Amino acid sequence: MMRVFTGVLLAAAISVCLAQEAPPAAEDPVLEKRVLTLSEELRCLVCQNQSLADSNADLAVDLRNQVREMMQQGKSDEQIREFMVARYGDFVLYNPPVKNATLLLWLGPFVLLVAAGAALFSYLRRRDRQLPAQALTEEERARARALLGESREER
Amino acid sequence: MTRFLIPLLVFVLIAVFLWIGLSLNPREVPSPLIDKPAPAFELPQLREPGGVIRTADLNGQVWLLNVFASWCTPCLEEHPHLVALAERGLVPIYGLNYKDGREAALKWLDRHGDPYTRIVVDREGRTGIEYGVYGVPETFVIDKSGVIRFKHIGPLTPEVLAEEIMPLVGRLQQ
Amino acid sequence: MIPELGHFAVIVALMVSITQSFFALAGAARGNRLWMSIARPAAHVQFALVALAFGCLAYAFLSNDFSVLNVASNSNSQLPWFYRLAATWGSHEGSLLLWVLMLSGWMSAVALFSRQVPTDMVARILGVMALVSIGFFLFMLLTSNPFDRLLPPAADGRDLNPLLQDPGMVIHPPMLYMGYVGFSVVFAFAIAALLSGRLDSAWARWSRPWTTVAWIFLTIGIALGSWWAYYELGWGGWWFWDPVENASFMPWLCGTALMHSLAVTEKRGGFKIWTVLLAILTFSLSLLGTFLVRSGVLTSVHAFATDPARGVFILGFLVVVVGASLVLFAWRAPRVGLGGQFDLVSRESALLANNVLLLVAAGSVLLGTLYPLFLDALGLGKISVGPPYFEAVFVPLMAPAMFLMGIGPLARWKKASLPDLAVRLKWAFGVALVSAAVLPLTMGRWSVMVAFGLLLAVWIVASGVVNLLERLQQLAATSGGSPVSYLKKLPRGYYGMLLAHTGVAVFIVGVTLVNGYETEKDVVMAPGNTVSIGDYTMRLERFEDIVGPNYTGIRGVVTVLKNGREQNILFPEKRLYSVQQMPMTEAAIDTGFTRDLYVSLGEAVEGGAWIVRVYHKPFVDWIWGGAFLMAMGGLVAVSDRRYRLARAARRQSADAKATVAA
Repeated sequence: MMRVFTGVLLAAAISVCLAQEAPPAAEDPVLEKRVLTLSEELRCLVCQNQSLADSNADLAVDLRNQVREMMQQGKSDEQIREFMVARYGDFVLYNPPVKNATLLLWLGPFVLLVAAGAALFSYLRRRDRQLPAQALTEEERARARALLGESREER
Repeated sequence: MTRFLIPLLVFVLIAVFLWIGLSLNPREVPSPLIDKPAPAFELPQLREPGGVIRTADLNGQVWLLNVFASWCTPCLEEHPHLVALAERGLVPIYGLNYKDGREAALKWLDRHGDPYTRIVVDREGRTGIEYGVYGVPETFVIDKSGVIRFKHIGPLTPEVLAEEIMPLVGRLQQ
Repeated sequence: MIPELGHFAVIVALMVSITQSFFALAGAARGNRLWMSIARPAAHVQFALVALAFGCLAYAFLSNDFSVLNVASNSNSQLPWFYRLAATWGSHEGSLLLWVLMLSGWMSAVALFSRQVPTDMVARILGVMALVSIGFFLFMLLTSNPFDRLLPPAADGRDLNPLLQDPGMVIHPPMLYMGYVGFSVVFAFAIAALLSGRLDSAWARWSRPWTTVAWIFLTIGIALGSWWAYYELGWGGWWFWDPVENASFMPWLCGTALMHSLAVTEKRGGFKIWTVLLAILTFSLSLLGTFLVRSGVLTSVHAFATDPARGVFILGFLVVVVGASLVLFAWRAPRVGLGGQFDLVSRESALLANNVLLLVAAGSVLLGTLYPLFLDALGLGKISVGPPYFEAVFVPLMAPAMFLMGIGPLARWKKASLPDLAVRLKWAFGVALVSAAVLPLTMGRWSVMVAFGLLLAVWIVASGVVNLLERLQQLAATSGGSPVSYLKKLPRGYYGMLLAHTGVAVFIVGVTLVNGYETEKDVVMAPGNTVSIGDYTMRLERFEDIVGPNYTGIRGVVTVLKNGREQNILFPEKRLYSVQQMPMTEAAIDTGFTRDLYVSLGEAVEGGAWIVRVYHKPFVDWIWGGAFLMAMGGLVAVSDRRYRLARAARRQSADAKATVAA
């Protein structure tokens, strides 16, 4: 009986423990989420290519605190980005702003795609002209077969 | 048949850039603060607790701002050059003691010499952020109207001092 | 003595490779059979010598020979033996030796498995590969000798970077290098074909398995690296678009395009010029990656300690190898024939379009990786290009490629019809559309990105199923037998394709769902505290001190509960490596088919509590699972009968020769 009772007490103790949900590390988890999201696109200057969110370098911690404080003061993400750029330059932004110097960066992939698409199309057209008859294709195939055969014989 | 040369041309272009890239330091970030007014500060002095220095007090002269700390190893490398510069008395050097303890800083200066006209204390590193400091030591040249004209990141070398900083200071002082 | 033996072996290997490249190439050019016949044995000798050198270095590491600079800088007597072995390739010098070991290994393999290839072709291939290896031997001997002595010897070593002291790191570099270096084989095939003018279907058939095998290794290597970053770096991310990651990804994209292009060249004789160019580009990108990692022109988490002299050497080497091959290409390509005709709508076109997309994607990654360097070189300021850029650019480029993955395999060679394809694929598309609309709801929240990702993934799988069913129907119509016998009749290459494409779908599911539904919490936990995440509750039982071979630390004991039932116990650790005084976070992960639970220790706060970060990451393992399936697909394809037939034929011919000789 005694043992059962102890068991119940233990279970109760455990359930008390269970109820103890750990408190969030930050006072304001919603704000902290915002801090982290923004820090992910800001570069830690002293690190080897890490974001402020990923780094534990002293300066990264300081700058994260700066971001947090500015957010507490009601600054927008854009204002905080401007603050950082004014002090550290565009280098801090992992998402480079669109300006003259980065035009080629942002348009590049699109230009590449269009150029490659155009080249592909013109290639296919030219091909069509240069390979007019179906018969020639058969000839080609025959040649390929011959080459294959030839290679087999060489063994 | 020129289209078959395109890959080669693209490659040559990339190779030229890579070649130039070899002589560049990817970690040195130019400061956007050059030719901008030096961020204003009002900071306590290291040697005179209670004493305060404002940037406005320093207008009318050309001055150097050197960011240093007793925990910073590369600072030791440039320190003798700073001490030598101070002995020549050509330009006032203000120290920004960055994220350091007062005792540690004083002891460090006692041991290695104190080239600074005055030293201000930036315990929290806030002024450092305002000045875009990311690697101690850093040195700024600020002109008579309080505009940042030059910034050097990392330890000063005699070459940088003789070839870049002092000629600039001379020009600005005229 | 042993290190000197290794050093000597490398020097002799250099001599052998010079001999090999000269006699093989000159012999092939002059038709001198005796000269050409040097290539094969020379390749084997070279491999043996490099293996000996590698063994010497490994021995120096295993025996704690701190009179060798490389060992003193990258190892320590307290380091467990398997990490000491891994430290052999943990430094720049050692990894270079691993690189040439792989290169000579591939060379030896080519010499062994190329009996069906004409002698002059083999000579050219091995000659070109030997030229590449000359460059790397010289690089090693002139700038990065792994056997340099340290006088006086160090009492103990400075230890291997703790980040690399991990099982994943033991196998990741060898896999990755096997892939990188493996592409040198198909590169050499391409150069040999350009030199000889023999650019035909047979050439494509010989190149194909080598390409696929290299691609398999690269796929696994990249996946391992990503997995390592996920659990070792402690941030829960799996891809960071770091320059070094990009350096491995670009050859992968290019190599993937190459595999598809080779398929066309082999089956239809088309795209020869394009295929050759891709082969050159793929290996060039591998070399470029080497340059980026070892020259210090870009900042990266993974870069080796750098030295300008090395950068100059590799750049020079890069210019010689890539420049010369592109000149050769520009000179020879105009004379190459066009191959079989095909329509604007055909499987050829679909594959070509897919190639273009993959290459544009690779080009964009290259642009983003090098752009900061371009601007800096032009004096236009410093910028950073990071994940936001790459994600913005990469996803829109890849989405159409994924769409084509559904269509291409069903389109007929030469001439396909769009209305016909539409009719055949309407069910697959319907299924994909409905899944995209409904499936996200079962996960709790509908979002455009999740729906779009699932649309693509289900589309790929559903169109694959349609493809398989059609093939089976065709077989049923033309031949008798049971359905199982039809399944057996389909070639392995076909199954490999289906499997690899399914891998892509699985990968997309992983990426989409983890991005869409991942949750994380940062909490302060003392023993007894719980934190609930997803459907799970984690209870921190206690903290324990731990003592490892070369570190000390603390670990949390965390019970994972679901509906009050214990599921697992996790041990997140915080280690302090004693030699480098470097703290390391070892995350604990409860891996599951549909989710990972990820716990990592932050820092200690007052009252014996710690800041603990926990993640619930739905379907995250599908990312690596997908990559694994792709690699498996490649493996199945390589085991295809056609290649084994070639081997069987070779055996026959060998027998025949033996008979003749007798």
